[in-house]
Amino acid sequence: MTSTTTYQPGNSPAGLFKARSWGEWVDHHSRTFFIAPAVVLILIFAIFPTFYSIVFALSRVRFRATGLQFRFVWFDNFIAQFTGNEQAHFLGRLTGMSFVGWIFALAMTALAIWWLYRSWQNRTHWIFLVGRLISAAMFIFIGWILALTLLSGNPWGTMMTTLFYVIVGCSIQFVIGTGLAFLCSQPISGKNFFRVLFFIPLMITPLGVGYAFKMVLDITKGPLQPLWDAIGLQDWAWSTDAWAARWFVILGDSWQWIPFIFIVMLAALENVSRDQVEAAQVDGASSVQIFREITWPQIVPVAVTVILIRMIEAFKIVDLPNIMTSGGPGIATESMTLHSYFLWRANDMGSSAAVAYLLLILTVVVCASFFNYVVLGQLRRAK
Amino acid sequence: MKMLKAAALAVVSAIALTGVSATANAGEFDGVTVNILTRPGPVIAGPLKERGLVFEKETGAKIVVNEVPFAEIFPKIQNDWTTGTNSIDVGVFAAGWGVELDAAGLLENMEPYIAKDTKIDMADIAPYFREFGQKIGGNTKMLMVDGDFQMVYYRKDVLEKAGLQPPKTWQDYVDIASKIHGQDMNGDGEADYGSCIFKKRNAQSYFAIQTIAASLVQTQGTAQGFHFDNATMKPLINNEAWKKAFELYKETGKYGPPEELNMDIGDTRAVFKAGRCGLLIEWGDPGTLQLDADAEKVKGLIYAVSAVGSKEVLDRATGKLVPVTKENAPHSIDGINYAPFAAFGGWAGAINAKADEKKKAAAYAFLSYMNQAAQSNVDVTIGSTGYNPYRLSQLASTDLWVKAGMPKELAENYLGAINGALNNPNMASDMKIPGAQQYTGVVLDTELARYLAGEITVDEALANIEEGWEKITEDFGRDEQIKAQALALGL
Repeated sequence: MTSTTTYQPGNSPAGLFKARSWGEWVDHHSRTFFIAPAVVLILIFAIFPTFYSIVFALSRVRFRATGLQFRFVWFDNFIAQFTGNEQAHFLGRLTGMSFVGWIFALAMTALAIWWLYRSWQNRTHWIFLVGRLISAAMFIFIGWILALTLLSGNPWGTMMTTLFYVIVGCSIQFVIGTGLAFLCSQPISGKNFFRVLFFIPLMITPLGVGYAFKMVLDITKGPLQPLWDAIGLQDWAWSTDAWAARWFVILGDSWQWIPFIFIVMLAALENVSRDQVEAAQVDGASSVQIFREITWPQIVPVAVTVILIRMIEAFKIVDLPNIMTSGGPGIATESMTLHSYFLWRANDMGSSAAVAYLLLILTVVVCASFFNYVVLGQLRRAK
Repeated sequence: MKMLKAAALAVVSAIALTGVSATANAGEFDGVTVNILTRPGPVIAGPLKERGLVFEKETGAKIVVNEVPFAEIFPKIQNDWTTGTNSIDVGVFAAGWGVELDAAGLLENMEPYIAKDTKIDMADIAPYFREFGQKIGGNTKMLMVDGDFQMVYYRKDVLEKAGLQPPKTWQDYVDIASKIHGQDMNGDGEADYGSCIFKKRNAQSYFAIQTIAASLVQTQGTAQGFHFDNATMKPLINNEAWKKAFELYKETGKYGPPEELNMDIGDTRAVFKAGRCGLLIEWGDPGTLQLDADAEKVKGLIYAVSAVGSKEVLDRATGKLVPVTKENAPHSIDGINYAPFAAFGGWAGAINAKADEKKKAAAYAFLSYMNQAAQSNVDVTIGSTGYNPYRLSQLASTDLWVKAGMPKELAENYLGAINGALNNPNMASDMKIPGAQQYTGVVLDTELARYLAGEITVDEALANIEEGWEKITEDFGRDEQIKAQALALGL
């Protein structure tokens, strides 16, 4: 009795076809060979440094003639950011919650718990439930820090400053960028000139933008000095006022990044079907109705995606506050990236790595939450 | 400014033509490149570059000066030398920072080179800079290119017009600043400022606070120190004296430029050269900077006092301020305790112990060349160099200074102030222990900035500094730090 076995290409048992030629063997493993260089490069340049930085984050590092000397301290560098002296630097001063703060914090907590309860009731898959639990925990945490600091008259730490740059900065940039894109998508004369003009700031290095804004906004020597004088602000220094300094950093950041929103949204707007718009016009729809009912639904997937990309970038803001204010006054304009950089510059490698990992966690949770609950939702709706 | 630079270059060229060099012979270092790392801009780095060209012609050694922001100098050098990168052969930084590098075995001992050096004339270097600034553990590990004290400067014409005497105490400083604030000091019709101090974070603000605190804390002479209890290395900062210093420092801001919290040393220098400041806390530079062409409104008008003191001092047992007496402050004069602060200690050059031998020899020859009186006695009289006097021959006579264009009366005042500080038995030393840059440049600087910005109270700031300093001491090892402090203060 004889039996015949056939094998699928690529699934042959090892050693079965020993007589196979070298060329066939290479051909058989070609997928692996093509992918291997990329995988090795990623491992060397991305994964390895990421894991190596964990060693720093879990250690105190000393500099010796023989090289770096590590003392393993477990999570001390992380814990330090939430306790003692460093707590105020990272989170802000967390003393004396105001009545408004209590109301806000409890409302945020209740909202998050209600959202989780709804997810539980809707029989959400347990994996997604875990994701929502993480998002809700971050939401509650940020809510309480906001209540303990801003709403209770206490100064912010670098975490809330970073979130301020991300949420407020990205919102402003999105509104203005989309508005400019909408204007440039209209049949107006010279719109190509404006497209180029609005795009230029994106080409400039952030360091250059920082120095430019520092010089332009100098109240005693800058070109706007006559303006400051004219409005009676010659003795007011924005750089010594915490909130003014944060807003001016956002001003510089917006000047640079509005063009990014502008160019992407312009492409989206120009992709909107003209037929539908013209049909609506024939039906007598107003401009607002056309934008709300036809244009916006078509550009919203692009809009939420561009916001997501911008948010990820905004979490890393460092050049502008470093150049314009050096993180000051006090630590008012210091972002988490700048916080980590200052610690690194002081050779406190462990704390620097710990802050960098905390930023990574914050960025991933906030951006993943935005992606899952906003971007995906809008994309599904668009389909 | 251009004229001054031209004059400086002419002097440098003249020196080159006369064949002044260090211990090196012509062409001895052909093909050798010495990489130096220091702060950016014309100050400090400028003369290294200019004289580097002359030195190259003389010896063949190419001098490359790499410039990084002030706050990055120390960590970049430490990183470069400990990780084996060794792209830097010479660091030019604060004399006090060398201890930490030396403790890690990173600094070259210069004694063998000095023994063969016939031109450096070590005896001419003022004892404080020679023994404290240049030496670590009894061996010379650095060579000064600059000598630093922080002093108070005042506009002689403005104070005379207001019928005021120069400040003797820090309270006087604030009072005078309040009285002259708002006056037009440069004739441009605009109100000017009573006091100008660079208070920007991550710059050099933390030196001026120590200048104020020193006279409130240190009473028994240089060896007492004013940062720690030397026996335990417990921070001596959470007390009424430092609290008073912080409060005075903040109060000066009421009479300063509106953007003072975001001003670094370059910014304040531009303001006082424009004639807009009545009082300053600064290093030795304003004495010569006022001779620059762009300082014509203040030329010959900025005078110095070697130290401003306090009528109250710290009782270390209780942490309270008590009135000055001859018992608790034996060096006090007329009920005022003075403790002129050797802030920064001066810029000094150190050689990477791991550099190859030829580079080390060329590096030493260049540092010696910069340090020698033939070069140094010219450099210290030019404001834009950032170099201040540290040799006895520079401090003994006004001739050099008058020759450089300084009025005789001003030269006498200027040298008198520096000599007064240098010879004061209660002169306060800057920190010279491992971690010095972290203690002051990071922890003190950050908490001071937060207090000045109104983010935290003075009590919170001092408590935070105490906690931060303790953490650094624990990191480096308390016993090791006690030994280092004893060595630094000559206990």
